[in-house]
Amino acid sequence: MKKLIEFKNIVKGFDDTIVLKGINLTIHENEFVTLLGPSGCGKTTLLRILGGFIEQNNGEVYFDGIEISKLPPYKREINTVFQRYALFPHMNVYDNIAFGLRIKKTSEEIIKQKVEKMLRLVGLVGFEKRAVTLLSGGQQQRVAIARALVNEPMVLLLDEPLGALDLKLRKEMQIELKKIQKEVGITFIYVTHDQEEALTMSDKIVVMNEGEIQQIGTPTDIYNEPENRFVADFIGESNILEGIMHDDYVVSFDGITFDCVDYGFHDNEDVDIVIRPEDIDIVSVEQGKIHGQVISSLFKGVHFEVFVKSAHREWMIHTTDPVVINDQVGLSFYPEDIHVMSKLGAY
Amino acid sequence: MKLYRSFVQPYLFWMGVFIVVPMLLILFYAFTTSGNNIISFRFTLDNFIRFGEPIFLRVLLRSLSIALTTTIISILIGYPVAYLISQSNERMQTLLILLITIPMWINMLVRTYAWIGILSENGLINSFLAWLGLPTLNLMYTDFAVILGMVYNFLPFMILSIYTVLAKLDKALIQASYDLGANKFQTFTKIILPLSVPGIISGITLVFLPAVSTFVIPKFLGGGNYVLIGNLIETQFITVGQWNFGSAISMIMASVIMLSMFITKRFDQDIEEIQSRKEVG
Repeated sequence: MKKLIEFKNIVKGFDDTIVLKGINLTIHENEFVTLLGPSGCGKTTLLRILGGFIEQNNGEVYFDGIEISKLPPYKREINTVFQRYALFPHMNVYDNIAFGLRIKKTSEEIIKQKVEKMLRLVGLVGFEKRAVTLLSGGQQQRVAIARALVNEPMVLLLDEPLGALDLKLRKEMQIELKKIQKEVGITFIYVTHDQEEALTMSDKIVVMNEGEIQQIGTPTDIYNEPENRFVADFIGESNILEGIMHDDYVVSFDGITFDCVDYGFHDNEDVDIVIRPEDIDIVSVEQGKIHGQVISSLFKGVHFEVFVKSAHREWMIHTTDPVVINDQVGLSFYPEDIHVMSKLGAY
Repeated sequence: MKLYRSFVQPYLFWMGVFIVVPMLLILFYAFTTSGNNIISFRFTLDNFIRFGEPIFLRVLLRSLSIALTTTIISILIGYPVAYLISQSNERMQTLLILLITIPMWINMLVRTYAWIGILSENGLINSFLAWLGLPTLNLMYTDFAVILGMVYNFLPFMILSIYTVLAKLDKALIQASYDLGANKFQTFTKIILPLSVPGIISGITLVFLPAVSTFVIPKFLGGGNYVLIGNLIETQFITVGQWNFGSAISMIMASVIMLSMFITKRFDQDIEEIQSRKEVG
């Protein structure tokens, strides 16, 4: 895939707080990239720098090989779907979508064809003359996407576009957005704080915290191989513990030594360890590597969320088998379920 | 709820005594002849017929045209000012709005009187021109002086009502417009201006209505022979003592104002309708 966008050492501060601390990121053609992080991590700021609405204090942005920092937004081949859609309230659905094309002085005949194609894409055929103020949140969302995509940009920026929708609609739109991205075949850069949204849609996730990139990777990488404590904690649920890496493939925590699959650390390095709740099996006390007492069990629909108190800590376990509270149980996991992370770069 | 509802009664009484009753009295006077007493009175339409005389119609026309000119000038000056204020930072906005509001704390009579000192034969402007060795100008008692006085007095209403709309305008809409390829000028004509029409409309109402009925400004700056409809009404009541004719002119004036408000409102709605029903293609 071809490189399309390159951020080089982007620094941005507002007043006396530094929001971006030197971001380096490359985005390729046709990728669905998600900038993921808690609010205030700088993800929206990075998006707005790319859109041209704010300028970085330092660093360069390359678009298709050209430095674009000084280019005003209207000269960039980028379109944005705004947080609250920002549809023009004095125009109907058709005119909203046609806005960009009319600015480019496209003939009305071609505009009509393109707008109709967009309406089919987002499933709003027959809504042409509706006032946008009378549409539901989901419909407004679709108009906003159509209005941006009709200009055939090389990149579509989406700034938490699903935040205002209810859960069910949000899930539908996640699938639909991914479908639309595949259909139009352009780069989507999506900003969200919702880890599930990021995991569902992205080809590549960029996890950010406090103005720094924590990890870049595919959804499975990010989930299974978090690089540090922050990523492990932010993405999904996890048991995070501290341990010592004695040697390659040998780690100890809670006073017990385990085999693992990680290597390349210093001898006796202090490390963070993550074990996902769904990777832990509840077995009999004799079979368990660790044992403890069941202190609670919550039914979560698909699984039970069980807490077991061992000598050193409480463990969170996701299991489909019911357990009895106050029972003594054993906990078991495989070497590949123990994920060891360096403490360097942790927050 | 019931308890609170009873609080409205003093206001109802107030409105009845000071608004409804006087209006009914004007209505009554307009349709009767003079010299009536409580027991016997004669209804007539003569007062209205009399207004049909060319001399009075000319006064009405002149009032409307002066008020219209004032309104147009107020939009032309007020819009850019309101726009610039809305574009400045928050502190500056508060300061500028305060500066525009402060003169309104001073009585309009005093402020209009001050203009005489500036415009008159030996006033500020002419003294300055004389000092430069230039010929002096005849500024007082002209349409120019009257319109100047009106624009000066009513402009803040226009600025404030346009500013209110512009300040509330969602910045994301402007960014969306840039994002879709519109430059600053296109964004202004296609997004900002259409969305600020409600502000202009309420500004028009706030400027046109007082401008069409004022009698202080033409009296001071237009001189004794400068008669607008407001002066005509004032003269009928105070100087001539023809309350019946004065009341009839007031009624006609009220109808004209109501009509113009109706037209502006229709115009406003039409824009909205055109925008939401525009034909495809």
